[in-house]
Amino acid sequence: MSYISKKELQQSACEILKNLDCENLKPKDRMQIPLQEMPSQDPAIRRNNMEEVAIGYTPEQAKVEALRCLQCKNAPCMKGCPVNIDIPKFIQEIAEEKYQDSIDTIKVSSLLPAVCGRVCPQETQCQLYCTLGKALKDVEQSVSIGRLERFVADRDAQNATDVPIEIKPETGKKVAIIGSGPAGITVAADVRREGHEVTVFEAFHKPGGVLMYGIPEFRLPKEIVQREITQLKKMGVKIETNFVVGRTLTLPQLLDEEGFDAAFIGSGAGLPTFMNIEGENLVGVFSANEYLTRSNLMRAFEEKAATPIARSKKVAILGGGNVAMDAARTAVRLGADEVYLIYRRSEAEMPARIEEVEHAKEEGVIFHVLENVKRILGNDDGMVTGVECLRYELGEPDDSGRRRPIAIENSEFVIELDTVIVAIGNKSNPLIPHTTEGLEINKWGNIVADEDGKTSLDKVYAGGDIVLGAATVILAMGEGRKAAAAINEMLVD
Amino acid sequence: MNKIIEKKQLSDDVFQMCIEAPLIARSRKAGQFILLQIDTDFGERIPLTIANGDAEAGTITIVFQSVGATTHKLSDKNVGDYIENVLGPLGQPTHVKDVDWVVCVGGGIGVAPMYPIAKAFKESGAKLTVIMGARNKDLLILEEDMKAIADELIVCTDDGSYGRKCLVTEPLKECCQREQQPDEVVAIGPPIMMKFCSLTTKECEVPTTVSLNTIMIDGTGMCGGCRVTVGGETKFVCVDGPEFDGHKVDFDNMMKRLGAYKKQEQVNHDKYHDHECKAEKQADELVAKQGDK
Ligand SMILES: Cc1cc2nc3c(=O)[nH]c(=O)nc-3n(C[C@H](O)[C@H](O)[C@H](O)COP(=O)(O)OP(=O)(O)OC[C@H]3O[C@@H](n4cnc5c(N)ncnc54)[C@H](O)[C@@H]3O)c2cc1C
Ligand code: SF4
Repeated sequence: MSYISKKELQQSACEILKNLDCENLKPKDRMQIPLQEMPSQDPAIRRNNMEEVAIGYTPEQAKVEALRCLQCKNAPCMKGCPVNIDIPKFIQEIAEEKYQDSIDTIKVSSLLPAVCGRVCPQETQCQLYCTLGKALKDVEQSVSIGRLERFVADRDAQNATDVPIEIKPETGKKVAIIGSGPAGITVAADVRREGHEVTVFEAFHKPGGVLMYGIPEFRLPKEIVQREITQLKKMGVKIETNFVVGRTLTLPQLLDEEGFDAAFIGSGAGLPTFMNIEGENLVGVFSANEYLTRSNLMRAFEEKAATPIARSKKVAILGGGNVAMDAARTAVRLGADEVYLIYRRSEAEMPARIEEVEHAKEEGVIFHVLENVKRILGNDDGMVTGVECLRYELGEPDDSGRRRPIAIENSEFVIELDTVIVAIGNKSNPLIPHTTEGLEINKWGNIVADEDGKTSLDKVYAGGDIVLGAATVILAMGEGRKAAAAINEMLVD
Repeated sequence: MNKIIEKKQLSDDVFQMCIEAPLIARSRKAGQFILLQIDTDFGERIPLTIANGDAEAGTITIVFQSVGATTHKLSDKNVGDYIENVLGPLGQPTHVKDVDWVVCVGGGIGVAPMYPIAKAFKESGAKLTVIMGARNKDLLILEEDMKAIADELIVCTDDGSYGRKCLVTEPLKECCQREQQPDEVVAIGPPIMMKFCSLTTKECEVPTTVSLNTIMIDGTGMCGGCRVTVGGETKFVCVDGPEFDGHKVDFDNMMKRLGAYKKQEQVNHDKYHDHECKAEKQADELVAKQGDK
């Protein structure tokens, strides 16, 4: 797809609106309305800045896109939404330009629409089930539900009046939330609304979890995350940064000595996996977590920052998920000449969102699929000089249903590099389970929780990546909602 | 926000600070460390070992050498000033083994983190020998404190300006060669010193613990920047350490990793203070000198 500027997209949307009889659209008419592309920064320019790539729909584009929705009675899209947003309703309200109603509809189910509208993998959720996509035989032709969600959320933020959120009378009950990622933020808001005293404990110096340290500015501006945090503070939620539960104080200490009546663990999946191959501890090999944290949280891309980051020339990222795309696109922006993405399976199997894959390609990331690194090569100074790769082919489907990659014998070849970034997944941090007797974990180290987020311990709930393994923002939020409801119920009794 | 309660200059470029951190003071144990960041928006997070703590007063003591931009900035702070972020206590506490005789070796600024460990061993009933070394007399720190707890104190300087003229490995070797060997050696100091201490004790088969101070960001296992190779396996200093079996640590790899950002750090430091960075040069000289041995 070649680049189309915002101006051209806007013109074409206005043109369409002029020729539409909006009041009398039949399904057949709706199906003929062309999909509205997301306006974005020119790839040639955005390669050199950290600003957000996707600019957001204009009101005209939003209206045109909203008019594509067939308003299906059975709303299959909702089944794909982990938090059950009333999708046809909020889209209809956009079509009618009732933006306040629309955002209110979303907020019944979702607490973080400006975030989710940007980072949810809609093509495997709501948009996968969309009737329009099915009818047009192309999931990419589904209604752009995420872009519409983002549109109303951003509009809402721009026009935000300072109406305080209603908080019920103080109950005197205290709830501890561990971790300030999407799971923690959700529980904090929902529990605080019921009048309980809420303290969020966060290990880092800035709250927000992966939204702050992992997902880059060019995909999710930090200002949006901070808006959510400010909102929590306005509601009276206390946020204790620089507090590692399990070290500063343990969870049992919070409950027994500090008088908390309940706790929610939303500590995420922050333990990077390495491949255990030769050369992995050479200078110039980083986990994606380290690389992204330096750039995002520590702001190493800015002149003023004291934290250094590798200014690489030739970089390889190992992996095919969102984390890999984020690291690759960050390397581009930090000035690398060549950025390779090396992935064992084919592009169809990549877990990253399609949009991120496309953006990465537009920005010049070179994809090496069906290849894998066998060992990392270094020089006498212990610095990376390259990787030795093997080529792969796809065999029979494995347990996950994806075709198993099989190494092709004697297919070794070398790519010269100065930096390798490992982005092959994250596991759960064992710190809290290790310091909390009786807290049950499964064989992957994730905390075991029931449908309500209740763990094996009384008064202790958990949700998000620490329970699911590395998952998504929306699932973390959805689990948070359920756990908050259970905590609120428990505290009433 | 953590207030600076006390500040002392221990030598030319070594400072001791007592800072307010009630919860850390309450929870910390010997061997653990903190991550400190002077300012939230653009500051760097650096690990520093907790040299002492007072749970009742709610304070902890740190000792640091002004070598990079951040430590330099820190040394310019005064009593009453604030440090924006202090996180801890991190890492595994020292495993104070039940032994008859322990030898604690502290080099340069490493004497500071050695102090609470030596004290813990002493309190457990072990006979305590302390070997402390520095390049010259002016750089020796905490001698009085060590004297107060050690059964035997051996002080050495590289230039002979005080105590014995030798590197710490010399008296360490002598200890290991006594009729009754030490049961345990703990060595904390520059990586090169810990490397040679470990080589010395390996020959005599005396168990040796070293405390590593690597580059790290989060201190909770999230970034892996601190990873080291120990006995052929990758370990994270922040959660698996900071103390490891000195006989198994790949010091050469660790030293290379420590130098990963040297160029950029130098630029930052120069930016902060443009006069010549004496400390680092001196440290390099020490490394070179000990490396020769
Ligand atoms: C680079 C990257 C890109 C991603 N892209 C997407 C995407 O496009 N779309 C999507 O849906 N998902 C994406 N994800 C996944 C998504 O971010 C996570 O699923 C989600 O953030 C999980 O939320 P959480 O609240 O469970 O935990 P987290 O967001 O991980 O937050 C946990 C917080 O707890 C803190 N913490 C941990 N241990 C302790 C402790 N002991 N004491 C105190 N605090 C503690 C951590 O510092 C952290 O701030 C991405 C993840 C990464 C890393
Ligand atoms: S499935 Fe698609 S077309 Fe049908 S209501 Fe949902 S968004 Fe609209």
